[in-house]
Amino acid sequence: MAPGNIDESLLDLFIFETSQNIEQLEQIILDYEKESSFTADAINEIFRIMHTIKGSAAMMMFENISSVAHKVEDMFYFIREHSADDIDYGDVADLVLESLDFIRCEMAKINTGTSADGDGAAIAAKIAASLQQKKDKYQNEQQSVTAATADNVVNEEPITKKLHNYAANDENIPVVNKKTYKANIYFDEECQMESLRAFDIINKICQFAEVVEYQPGDIMDNDNSASIIRENGFEVVFKTSGSYTNIDEFFSKLLFIRKYQLKEITEASLPQTEADVTPKIHIDDKTEQKPKAAAMSTAAPADNHTAPVATMINVNVVKLDKLMDLVGEMVISEAMVVENPDLKGLEIENFSKAARQLHKITCELQDTVMSIRMVPLADVFQKMHRVVRDMCKKLGKDVKLEIIGEETEADKNIITHLSDPLMHLVRNCIDHGIESEEERLKNNKPKAGKVTLEARNAGNDVLVIVRDDGMGLDKKKILAKAKKNGLLKKDSSEMSDSEIFNLIFIPGFSTNDNITEFSGRGVGMDVVTSNIEEVGGSVSVESTEGVGTAITIKIPLTLAIIDGMNVQVGDSLYTIPTISIKESFFPKLKDLITDPDGNEMIMVRGQCYAIVRLHQCFNVKSEITDFTQGIFIMVEQYEKTVCIFADQLLGQQQVVVKTLPRYIKNNFKVNGLSGCTLLGNGGISLILDAGWFTGMK
Amino acid sequence: MDRPMEEELLEQQEDTQKGRFLTFPLGNESYGIEIQYVTEIIGIQPITEVPELPEYIRGIINLRGKIIPVMDARIRFKKPFLEYNDRTCVIVIDVNEVAIGLIVDSVSEVISIAEENIVSTPSIQQINNRYIKGIGKVGNEVKLLLDCEKILNEQELDEVANFE
Repeated sequence: MAPGNIDESLLDLFIFETSQNIEQLEQIILDYEKESSFTADAINEIFRIMHTIKGSAAMMMFENISSVAHKVEDMFYFIREHSADDIDYGDVADLVLESLDFIRCEMAKINTGTSADGDGAAIAAKIAASLQQKKDKYQNEQQSVTAATADNVVNEEPITKKLHNYAANDENIPVVNKKTYKANIYFDEECQMESLRAFDIINKICQFAEVVEYQPGDIMDNDNSASIIRENGFEVVFKTSGSYTNIDEFFSKLLFIRKYQLKEITEASLPQTEADVTPKIHIDDKTEQKPKAAAMSTAAPADNHTAPVATMINVNVVKLDKLMDLVGEMVISEAMVVENPDLKGLEIENFSKAARQLHKITCELQDTVMSIRMVPLADVFQKMHRVVRDMCKKLGKDVKLEIIGEETEADKNIITHLSDPLMHLVRNCIDHGIESEEERLKNNKPKAGKVTLEARNAGNDVLVIVRDDGMGLDKKKILAKAKKNGLLKKDSSEMSDSEIFNLIFIPGFSTNDNITEFSGRGVGMDVVTSNIEEVGGSVSVESTEGVGTAITIKIPLTLAIIDGMNVQVGDSLYTIPTISIKESFFPKLKDLITDPDGNEMIMVRGQCYAIVRLHQCFNVKSEITDFTQGIFIMVEQYEKTVCIFADQLLGQQQVVVKTLPRYIKNNFKVNGLSGCTLLGNGGISLILDAGWFTGMK
Repeated sequence: MDRPMEEELLEQQEDTQKGRFLTFPLGNESYGIEIQYVTEIIGIQPITEVPELPEYIRGIINLRGKIIPVMDARIRFKKPFLEYNDRTCVIVIDVNEVAIGLIVDSVSEVISIAEENIVSTPSIQQINNRYIKGIGKVGNEVKLLLDCEKILNEQELDEVANFE
């Protein structure tokens, strides 16, 4: 079974589960790294997750992933078994994070359809080396403890290395009347993976019997065991109170078995080792009971934790998008029915009642669908812990990350767009914003820097603020730089602080080679802006020199449905997002100005704004070209304002945003439009891109 | 079991669609479109103009909640514009999930053209027949067979044009 043949849905599931596991694991590692010790629970959890990843990766035939996971598992097996206090947790965390990165990288490859061909050998070798080092150290310290103890300790996990004797956990089987059986099992020649199957049989036997011994003993460890089993068969000795016929029935039902022999053996005929084995089992039972009991007590709260998870289902976003589309269409159809021209002038009381009921339900449905798509920002925020950690290690700074309001929700699509810019901003904060330790102490600041991630709702927007208590932006340097790159449009003395700071978002500001020289910000800030603007958001910055900088990202709650103002120009209808409209007004002739180049402007309360004639801009035939006959709509976006001239306002309504058809998007560039929407009468209105209008003049 | 049945059905469908063309007159010529690309034929709809598009893209229409662009085949193939009337049709074609409507004067019929009756267009550099896949012979008439994929892929064509 090559990866290419694997069922797509299985692959999807694998990717989904593994990425969830990786995230969870990363979280645990980061949490415990802070406390620089792992609790038994955490180690068990890490062990479990790594085991799951290893298992599923092996199943999907991603050998490199499973081998790396296997090594990490080995390491934690060692840590768990020896509960050594003197382990270098930083080192362990580094190794685990490194392997997680490797796995994540491979997952990304799988996700994009390329084969996961990364070589995990280097990381695996590194982990193995570190493990060996630990083992040596451990053995030096505790020479009295022989390696044999390790061999005999039995784990809850069904898979452990060096597992020789497997103790039955089932206390219900009375110890008396137990008979000992010996089974010789031969697998089908074609069945493959003999060792795994043998292991599976042992597991099954454990459910009703006490396994005493099996041959070969190192089935999971030794690669050659499969061939030994193939040649000599697999021998297992176990004790049970069950009758011979029951056991015989059990074996006859096993799959892939060519033949088997089941014999009842008397104590005397047992191999000599049996005498040794029995007390060992007793020890095993004891050693096992302890961690088990501990696990049980902690399992109870853990269960409470997992209970709500069971009520969740994972749904493909594509399906949700489809549902969203359908609801959008329903909203439109509802308007088409209720406002049908055929009904005009009719007094139909019952119909109106029914229509109101329908309206109520559609509204509720729409709200519910929207809420399904809403996910908390927590996931994105949590990722930043890792960024902060890595940056701190690299730069030798001590920075604490504080997170506020991570439960704030936003549309899934928007959140995916938020991750990269946020990472960029946090990196910038630590790299350029937070000063070195000496400098901080000199300025009477606490030694550790602080980066705050804050999210909160503000009307129809979500505000995400990245704040640091670093040195702040240097106005002079920004101005000097902007001047050098020819980005200054007016005299620097006329610029407000916020205008100066916002210069860092202009593309081209940071394309200079001497980025490192520049002590403020601006490394790739335009990337941040373009990413955020793509989802209809905006970025702004505030800063006080010496105190810190705050960058505020404003993103809409959702993209799918917006409040829009419909305007008419000639026969065409346009929708302007209400959020960017400041006001609309009828102009007075005396406020209108035309400069010698023919540019039209209007004075409003002492401010001069450029005028955009929609009919000219979009080349639409309109009778209304005289300013006094139409209406002005003042539109603001990214702190720039223009006045758009249209024939008339038609009213405000919620519109479902649809993208322009693929054919048009693929082949032509349409400026000034961000999409289109269907109106109640089935007509189409084009949604204006306010950002383009304010940016054009 | 569902899957093989479905595939079989699909295959059957493809088989029945193979070699069948929807024909329509345009000026003096008669054109054909492979029926497998045609989603439906509708009457002319109110068209919303979209600024900054070439003249042959008349705008967008609302096809039961789906918004698709419409292209005037006459203008596209450099023929004089004809006012739309109640015989004017929009042929909705869908190539790789990119949908577009072709505005034509009217549609004629669906015919089968056997492969041996389709000849390739003369390949002389001066002749500009990028949108024509081949020429089908039906009785003593000829049908120009449109290449839907090329019609839908403007950019690529422009590049080719520039190259030439």
